[in-house]
Amino acid sequence: MPSIAKPIATHPSLQRNELGLTIRDYEGAMSTLCAGCGHDSITAALVRALWEISVQPHMIAKLSGIGCSSKTPTYFVNGAHGFNSAHGRMPPIATGANAANRELIYIGISGDGDSLSIGLGHMCHAIRRNVKLVYVIENNGVYGLTKGQFSASADIGTKSKKGEKNRMAPIDPVMLGLSLGATFIARSFSGDKDQLVPILKAAIAHRGFALLDVISPCVTFNDHDGSTKSYLYTRQHELKAIEADFVPPASEILAHIGKNGAVSVTMHDGSAILFKGVPANYDPTDREKVIAYLEEHQGKGEVVTGLLYVDESVPDMHEMNHSPDVPLIRVPYQKLCPGSAVLDKLQEDFR
Amino acid sequence: MRARVNDFAIKLANVNGTGSASANGLMMQAIFRMGIPVSGKNLFPSNIQGLPTWYEIRVNKDGYTARSLDYDLMVAMNSQTYARDIREVHEGGYLLYDSSWPLDPALVRDDVNFLGVPYAQLCNENFRDPRERILMKNIAYAGTLCAVLNADMDIVAGLLDEKYSTKKALRESNLRALRLGYDYARDHFQCPLPFHLETMNANSDKILIDGNTAIALGCVYAGATVAAWYPITPSTSAMDAFKMFCEKYRKDPETGKSNYMILQAEDELAAIGMVIGAAWNGARAFTSTAGPGISLMNELLGLAYYAEIPAVVIDVQRVGPSTGMPTRTQQGDILECAYASHGDTRHILLFPANPAECFELAPKAFDLAERFQTPVFILTDLDIGMNDWVVPRLQWNESYQPDRGRVLSAEDLEKIAKFQRYTNEDENQVAARTLPGVHPKGSFFTRGSGHNKYGGYTEMPDEYREVMDRLARKHKASAKFVPTPIIQRRAGANFGVITLGGCDLAVREALDRLAEQGVLADFMRVRGFPFDETVQSFLEMHYFCFVIEQNRDAQLRSLLTLETRVPKEKLRSILVYGGFPLSAKHVVDGILKALGEVEKPALASFVPMPELQIEE
Ligand SMILES: Cc1ncc(C[n+]2csc(CCOP(=O)(O)OP(=O)(O)O)c2C)c(N)n1
Ligand code: SF4
Ligand SMILES: [Mg+2]
Repeated sequence: MPSIAKPIATHPSLQRNELGLTIRDYEGAMSTLCAGCGHDSITAALVRALWEISVQPHMIAKLSGIGCSSKTPTYFVNGAHGFNSAHGRMPPIATGANAANRELIYIGISGDGDSLSIGLGHMCHAIRRNVKLVYVIENNGVYGLTKGQFSASADIGTKSKKGEKNRMAPIDPVMLGLSLGATFIARSFSGDKDQLVPILKAAIAHRGFALLDVISPCVTFNDHDGSTKSYLYTRQHELKAIEADFVPPASEILAHIGKNGAVSVTMHDGSAILFKGVPANYDPTDREKVIAYLEEHQGKGEVVTGLLYVDESVPDMHEMNHSPDVPLIRVPYQKLCPGSAVLDKLQEDFR
Repeated sequence: MRARVNDFAIKLANVNGTGSASANGLMMQAIFRMGIPVSGKNLFPSNIQGLPTWYEIRVNKDGYTARSLDYDLMVAMNSQTYARDIREVHEGGYLLYDSSWPLDPALVRDDVNFLGVPYAQLCNENFRDPRERILMKNIAYAGTLCAVLNADMDIVAGLLDEKYSTKKALRESNLRALRLGYDYARDHFQCPLPFHLETMNANSDKILIDGNTAIALGCVYAGATVAAWYPITPSTSAMDAFKMFCEKYRKDPETGKSNYMILQAEDELAAIGMVIGAAWNGARAFTSTAGPGISLMNELLGLAYYAEIPAVVIDVQRVGPSTGMPTRTQQGDILECAYASHGDTRHILLFPANPAECFELAPKAFDLAERFQTPVFILTDLDIGMNDWVVPRLQWNESYQPDRGRVLSAEDLEKIAKFQRYTNEDENQVAARTLPGVHPKGSFFTRGSGHNKYGGYTEMPDEYREVMDRLARKHKASAKFVPTPIIQRRAGANFGVITLGGCDLAVREALDRLAEQGVLADFMRVRGFPFDETVQSFLEMHYFCFVIEQNRDAQLRSLLTLETRVPKEKLRSILVYGGFPLSAKHVVDGILKALGEVEKPALASFVPMPELQIEE
């Protein structure tokens, strides 16, 4: 896409959210990704979700690693704080940031190379710490920015643009997350904004780490015949198993229950997720059932999407640490420094 | 032998994991409590049980407590190292051994006095539990030492009382073992030996502390709230101490909540990432590590440098390269830290010489990191970090306020039209930063990729250079703020001696000894990098200088030649890098040898000489 400045004029008829802001207030700079890149659609979904839940732009911290996907934080919420860090290292940076200030909304953007190869260890440990962070893997099966090498999410048998076949087993972030005790796991498709927006909103409301694996085709290096991460392949194999809706805290939950209204999960902040369409015998709060379902369907080559698993009972990093309610950066220095009298006294132990 | 009071060195050879450390520490602490200047050096292996370990105690009434290589008494409790240990005692010295078994006649030396005490036998007769029999042997030899060295038994018994105040049975066993060794010595040897202890009053304003504990305390007092680390010898005890102090002094008195967070990271890459993330948000954050950790942190250190984010990194240096010798000391990370990361990067370094300076420089490191929005390294080493040192009582200035550097508040932002991250720099070349969540106008995009002075992405040569050139000027400007060197001039000195960190005591002792022989030198201990004008002028005022440091490649000397105007030929290295702490003997021998090689007239028009490496 050409990098031209977006016009700033706002149409008066544009809808406003609770803060009186229009969707334009949640947009970012013009994307410089290839036209048709899946990542841009995820950006659009993020803009929509953040606008809909009415967060103050400057209370958002958007962090990323390196890759085409990791460039996208510049393309949403101009008024947010951004941090485009180093390849694979976003999880620790987000962890440290969150440790210092628990009040911000943390959006981490990563790629399949960023998360499943160079930064795999970091991602796993951020999951274990249950850092309150919306973690989006924009998964295209390749390293886009370095021109199309297979990534660790490439399926066995998938073909590169040059015709080479991948023979190694993929790392599936969803299965990995389930095995690590991740507390919020979803898979979606960049081409399905209707599914992605409510998932993103629920992820923001989640108590801890929210893992989102979003299939996001790379039109330049991985959208050909024989690729299992192309638009066509994903559309043909997607199994939208779980339909969920996000209900913000203040709303009347009953009004939202769908026809085959199944489970509803109350989030830590009082909001709720309503699971409207859930397969028989599926329970998004029962890890074993989720694993069994995924194994059955992924074994058949289906790409199961939806908000797959939620557990609101696990404390996040700060709760485990017994952190104060105020961010650590706001604890006054007088409280942090024990003072000279204490120093004198404690030195009696060093005699 | 003439009586020698409060001036001797002893070495204790043990097997690690047998409980000798507490007996050795007990002796050292008892001498400290007798008011006598003392040092204890633990020369331990990278192992949990079974390998040789040594402990050296040096007592010196004049305060020369660097490592001594001249042992008056060897406590030889490790049969694996007997041969070597016996060789190290100086002529006319003493050797204390366990005479439960006969000593190999091949090991006996005529010029050394052998003191045999049947420790194993005594302990077998007096204790029933097999583990206790082994442990109590150590306390028994401590008892013997009390007798032969004239240590104050009340003080030693008092220390045991304090240590085992809640464990009565253990206290009884320890006291009994102490007595066994003591009484046997009194019955069999001429006590005390010609060299021995006599109570002094040199320590009333001193404490006994290791550098890792002191630095952790410094971080608490500096107001650090986020600490991230990955365990590694010899830095682990720094974070252990930080945790211990936080549990005591950082629980909110009203709510009981933890006003700190310690993150045990998955590796050092993550540890430094966490520090950067926390500091980006405005917390005082630090990590503690050793050389291998610094190697891993390199990538993100460059990010912090380029994106201008504060970070405090404590590097407790150990012997490299690679895994090297984890429990041995060295000053081998100077260059690595000075220029850590790819591309043009340079950092601020602080070099404490002892635990007291570790405490003092910790808040300084946070102040510098925030003032200059950049990583700051505190380079200590295993000798400073893990050995107990006698240092002046730590002082805290109640008027201290953290220097948070140029951070715009909500009110500041309210007043300005538009915030631009890397411009409007002050006289120190520092541009104001904002913290996330403070004010809508403060939002900006932090990136490690090419950026212009407004913080925007760039690939344009002039825009890129503008920022990089300011960073170079900023680093230069920080020279005025790092601690200035310690200089000691001597009338008539005809050359200078430069050193850093833990070499301090040994080098100063060496210069005093050389002065007694008429060899006069000025002394400078650098305490920070970038070097300030004082360093420059010290170099200029001497025809030549020795640079004494503990690494193979003369890293401080390299840094001096790269970062000051000094001609390379003016600096001559004395390098001791085998992994044990420096001794004045290394320095005296090195300087005398080098001076012998230089023809007197040539001193004035100095000739370059090959590097000198000291045999240890
Ligand atoms: C330490 C390091 N090694 C290698 C690179 C080069 N590199 C940049 S992006 C990238 C892969 C990105 O792949 P992915 O995370 O899947 O993002 P995508 O471009 O596909 O969105 C690599 C290998 C780098 N930036 N840093
Ligand atoms: S190379 Fe692929 S991933 Fe990168 S911008 Fe283009 S389409 Fe997107
Ligand atoms: Mg990719």
